[in-house]
Amino acid sequence: MVENSKTPQLDELESGPWPSFVTEIKKAAAKNDMSKDLLGVLERSYHDKIGHWKHGGIVGVKGYGGGVVGRYTDLPEEFPAVKEFHTMRIAAPSGWFYDTNALRTLCDIWERHGSGITNVHGSTGDLIFLGTTTEELQPTFDELAENGFDLGGSGSDLRSPSCCVGPGRCEFACYDTLDMCYDITQEFQDELHRPMWPYKSKIKMSGCANDCVAAAARADFSVIGTWRDSIQIDNEAVKKYIEDGMDVREVVVKKCPTRCLSLSEDGELSVEASECTRCMHCINMMPKAIKQGKEKGATILVGAKSTIVQSAFMSWVLVPFMKMEAPYDEFKELVNTIWDWWDENGKTRERLGETIYRIGMGRFLRAVGLEAVPQMVYRPRANPYVFWPQDQIFAEANGGEN
Amino acid sequence: MAMIDNGPPDFRMYLPEIIKENYGKWEYHEHVKPGVLKHVGPAGALYTVRAGEPRLMSVDTIREICDIADEFCDGHLRFTSRNNIEFLTPKEENVEGIIEACAKHGFPVGGTGRALSNIVHTQGWVHCHTPASDASGIVKAVMDDLYEYFGTQTLPNKLHIAMACCLNMCGAAHCSDISIVAIHRTPPRIDHETVRKSSEIPPLVACCPTAAIRPNPKEKSVTVVEDRCMYCGNCYTMSPGMHIMDADNDGLAIMVGGKVSTARTDPSFSRMVIPFIKNNPPRWPEVTEAIRHIVETWINNANDGERLGEWIERIGWERFFSLTGLPFSELLIDDFIFSRETFHTSSAFKYTD
Repeated sequence: MVENSKTPQLDELESGPWPSFVTEIKKAAAKNDMSKDLLGVLERSYHDKIGHWKHGGIVGVKGYGGGVVGRYTDLPEEFPAVKEFHTMRIAAPSGWFYDTNALRTLCDIWERHGSGITNVHGSTGDLIFLGTTTEELQPTFDELAENGFDLGGSGSDLRSPSCCVGPGRCEFACYDTLDMCYDITQEFQDELHRPMWPYKSKIKMSGCANDCVAAAARADFSVIGTWRDSIQIDNEAVKKYIEDGMDVREVVVKKCPTRCLSLSEDGELSVEASECTRCMHCINMMPKAIKQGKEKGATILVGAKSTIVQSAFMSWVLVPFMKMEAPYDEFKELVNTIWDWWDENGKTRERLGETIYRIGMGRFLRAVGLEAVPQMVYRPRANPYVFWPQDQIFAEANGGEN
Repeated sequence: MAMIDNGPPDFRMYLPEIIKENYGKWEYHEHVKPGVLKHVGPAGALYTVRAGEPRLMSVDTIREICDIADEFCDGHLRFTSRNNIEFLTPKEENVEGIIEACAKHGFPVGGTGRALSNIVHTQGWVHCHTPASDASGIVKAVMDDLYEYFGTQTLPNKLHIAMACCLNMCGAAHCSDISIVAIHRTPPRIDHETVRKSSEIPPLVACCPTAAIRPNPKEKSVTVVEDRCMYCGNCYTMSPGMHIMDADNDGLAIMVGGKVSTARTDPSFSRMVIPFIKNNPPRWPEVTEAIRHIVETWINNANDGERLGEWIERIGWERFFSLTGLPFSELLIDDFIFSRETFHTSSAFKYTD
């Protein structure tokens, strides 16, 4: 054990009002050599201004292709306790609801087998166990499994689906995000644990267009709660907001992006429902007075991803409205069809959106059997370069239908 | 052998009684005060106290959080997508106790409504293999600096900041009000022996988005056409022989104006406004100063209710640069594959001299 308690740079990050991750590593280091060496490696990075972790051989647990991220320091002689320092991703309950028994169980398991350092949570939504040896991976997993827990996704597989708090605590939830997230995660366990695709695939579920899990920004399948009919206005409650000092015309009516709200002189709010795009602004501002419509479901958008490699994509509309009720068969069927197409057509490290972009929406829609609708685009194409399906042209020329 | 494919535990067993009773029947919510929400349904009200946590936590700290939840919430709690803890209780009289306990344990209460929420971020030097900077340290420095905005309601609208420790931009940094993105700026240094030993050449060549990587048959490795490289680091993920990290030249870019909700305006990407700030650990003062300056310019100029990006789109990006005094340069003009849609194709702009 190399003496590495001198961490002058990291110590600087223990002051200030925000809770300090350095204090957290030190707390773990008081009990655990791996965490002590993590502190040493990190201080070295602060000094060298460079990372000291490398990826290495594939590590994991029996029966799984994902869920463990292999990590090794490039300074193993100086910091032998983190020679192997692998991450385990633990699938989190829908909406990140826990009770303290569950959390204490997880803490005890991790204290026995790893660094005692976690991330609550990683960006994808898993609970992260940060750092253990190759040897401890299987025993950690075994204890997790015995206690009803499991690993999340990593590599070219379905990453752990995640969802907003939904009907658990939010009046805006247009479908049961918590149940759907749990249901599809159970349904797609094989896809989640055994990488078999061109690259990762993500499903994220937000109960409304406020999109509290950033589904539109990062999920190959973004499931955004919405409704088909008109918002419901309770004008008594509107008047209450006005009495309480809200300038409804200024902060609600004028900010409606389609100008479909109007407020009469005597404080009656009305909506031209057919022009509403359900953006959520008015509902966010006056949750007691304006409710969503009654016919609820979700819009399915596809293709979002972060920047690497072909730029960031925001997901775009594929199915304008789908009922979202257990057992979610229509959604599962759609996802399976699209995964098959992507698996067939996608190149290595190409996300779904990039594959569709490369091959074209027209070909994609024909392949997965979806009809084009104007809601899919902001505006139609400005060039005449249609990839006409030649078999159709030929059939039409011969007077047949196909 | 242990059971496999359990999946995550069923969330239903963790829900507090008040949530089970009001499940899917919530009527409305109120923002009681910074960090405290009240949701009301037919079975009564649920109080939520939101508190920031450091994301990287020791098991002992998680146990402290559990102690608070045991004392005041019958053991029920949740976490948000932005690394906040939410203590859940139907008892209004417990709210102050939770707030006091959070203060005692050093968890700041806030992050609701017109406030800065906690920063979503990546691993950085703590555990990532391609970082161009640390993440946790910059986040800590920025949250310390902007602390006043976490527990108050003084911003024009909510403020979401994200930090990504390399050009992968993990963590929805591409759609945040402000994103701090660590960047590489020099081509990979090729370790031919490692490439030979550990990598297949065709996928390594194919992974390059700008076709800068070519086979090098002589070395049984690859070469990089340096002026085609945009330093994304995709090749390093494919092969550990493509060293992309560069202590002297890596650093940070600042992007602003993204969001994911559809409220008022569609989701939007964050746009680069500062191309490079040198890594200056442990507290990156140039980064915290730049972010504070952008936040204060937004506070001083935005209309009530405008997210950062909405404000900029209304006044125009040219006005954003003149108001902030941030230097504009060709480095900020896109020259990758979707660049054209960002060019100003009319004479209807604002003079800012």
